[in-house]
Amino acid sequence: MNLNLLFQLAVSGFLMGGVYSLIALGLSLIFGVMKVINFAHGEMMVWGMYVTYTVFLWTGIDPFFSFLVSAAVLFILGYLLQRTIVNRILDSPEAMQVLPLVGMAMVFENSARIIWGPDYISPQSRFSLSSLSIGNLMIDVPRLLAFSLAIIITIIVLFFLKKTDTGKSIRAAADNRTGALLVGKDINRIYAVCFGVGTACVGVAGGLLVPIMPLSPHIGAPFTMISFIIVILGGMGSLTGAMVGGFIVGIAESIGPELITGLFHGISLGLDFPNTMKQVVSFLILIAILLLKPQGLLGGRR
Amino acid sequence: MMKKIYFPLLLGLIVLLILPQFLSSYVLGVFVLIFYYAYLGQSWNILTGYTGVISLGHSLYVGIGAYATTYLVMAFGLSPWVGMWIGGICAALIGLVIGYLGFRFGLKGVYFVLLTIAFAEIGRLILLHLKVFGSFQGLFITPKYSFLSFQFKDNHAYYYIGLGYVIFSLIVVRLIERSKIGRYMVALREDEDAAESLGVNVFKYKMIAIGISAFMTSLAGAFYANYLYYLHPGTLMSMAFSIEIILRPIIGGLGTVLGPIIGSFLITPLAELSRSYFARAGYEGLHLVIYGFLLVAVVLFFPRGVISYIKKAVAPVLGSLK
Repeated sequence: MNLNLLFQLAVSGFLMGGVYSLIALGLSLIFGVMKVINFAHGEMMVWGMYVTYTVFLWTGIDPFFSFLVSAAVLFILGYLLQRTIVNRILDSPEAMQVLPLVGMAMVFENSARIIWGPDYISPQSRFSLSSLSIGNLMIDVPRLLAFSLAIIITIIVLFFLKKTDTGKSIRAAADNRTGALLVGKDINRIYAVCFGVGTACVGVAGGLLVPIMPLSPHIGAPFTMISFIIVILGGMGSLTGAMVGGFIVGIAESIGPELITGLFHGISLGLDFPNTMKQVVSFLILIAILLLKPQGLLGGRR
Repeated sequence: MMKKIYFPLLLGLIVLLILPQFLSSYVLGVFVLIFYYAYLGQSWNILTGYTGVISLGHSLYVGIGAYATTYLVMAFGLSPWVGMWIGGICAALIGLVIGYLGFRFGLKGVYFVLLTIAFAEIGRLILLHLKVFGSFQGLFITPKYSFLSFQFKDNHAYYYIGLGYVIFSLIVVRLIERSKIGRYMVALREDEDAAESLGVNVFKYKMIAIGISAFMTSLAGAFYANYLYYLHPGTLMSMAFSIEIILRPIIGGLGTVLGPIIGSFLITPLAELSRSYFARAGYEGLHLVIYGFLLVAVVLFFPRGVISYIKKAVAPVLGSLK
């Protein structure tokens, strides 16, 4: 096995992990407050990607600035989605909560296909192909930028939740819905804002991914799955857990295929574990965590 | 009440048996799809409708059935009529593994949904990389038209086989519903803790449900492979296909014998028409947007499915049949 290559992959996975954390943060926030799983999370991220891409196409503003437009658009989408659909299913049995959001995932995925076409697009922005080298290590500049911005946005979201009035209301509603109602909070508005913030997170992540990976309407579902895995790994509703899980999954996906191929060759099996199967690594992590510690690494009670 | 329903059902069956004489090959094809989805919905219904355990990974079992049957033909020349049962056993075993992992460790609701999706995705990715099955190109099957090879030149044969599948599933579900097993399943769906406290072995009946459901679902895979002559994990084992499977029973009425069939008769022709119409108009995928909204609307406004309305409308008519 090539240690240098593994290290390279680990760094690149770590950087990707920053973006994963942000995606999972959105999902975890929504779950923590409303106990609803947003099955349309990845598809909404794809909308974030396309919004940023469209702004880039029309005005030439670099995706690393125009991701803010995605955040705004996705906040509005999330707010409306909560008001129209999610709010009606909050007290339904879990089965009935899953299906409408799966339905919305189909709506988002296929409307993106109708609006922006079915083909893969990779926009060339200013930083697209540049890279830094530190010793033997090569670092993609877009990845580094996406990572740094994702971390900054994550900190802003956490700050918003800790310090602002709305953020405090959201946390209050998460802790005790009836209590928040009793002290006169408009719980429906808080829920809608919270859902909006959650989807805005994923919108930002989508915008940041535009320079890193090609866009297509159908790449959403794997991201929905990855964000679930991260949230379950970190512990449902735990925001710190979502961040830690994001890095673990990012690194595991990046080095997993190489590591397993090395393992196969080590025990003289002529098998390869291609990079296109990297999702299997995350699914194996999911199965392992569901069986060993279903409450997640940092989760408390379930 | 239940006896009275057999008469209209028998009438419907006779109509369906004679109908192909008057239909064009295209319309027959639509009927074949109606039967195919009714059968799949019915098989899914056994698990989700009766025990309340949601699976969003049933495409996995269809894939196992299709690939196992095809592999047995390719490697040993075994007729699909035999191979499909072996595929069914494979699918049932995998279903039991998933069930064991899920139920033994108390995964409920969303957690179990995720487990089923994870297994389906792993299955899809593994099959996508197997060279025997043409990996990313998919597998083309050269048909040898004969009864033994389950391959026929015209749609009439598929029509009757499809109808046979549906009748088979109806009988199985009705038998389950009437038996003790079915009652236990419904009991644990309504309130798992209460059922368990009354001595129902929840684990056992969930395992039975997922085993039968996986087995039945995979039999449809053999039909699919020998009807379309082309297999690709990207379509056959995708999550979109799993959603196609669950859509019809949900619209028809979950946990009822006739719900999946009514749902399929309603949705499949609409789906076929809208798919080809929108594709020609240049809006490929629009029918899936409509599906999505339909799923939302049904759950929000008609959670008991179309069948509850039909029952209300038909009850007086049936009553007068005395």
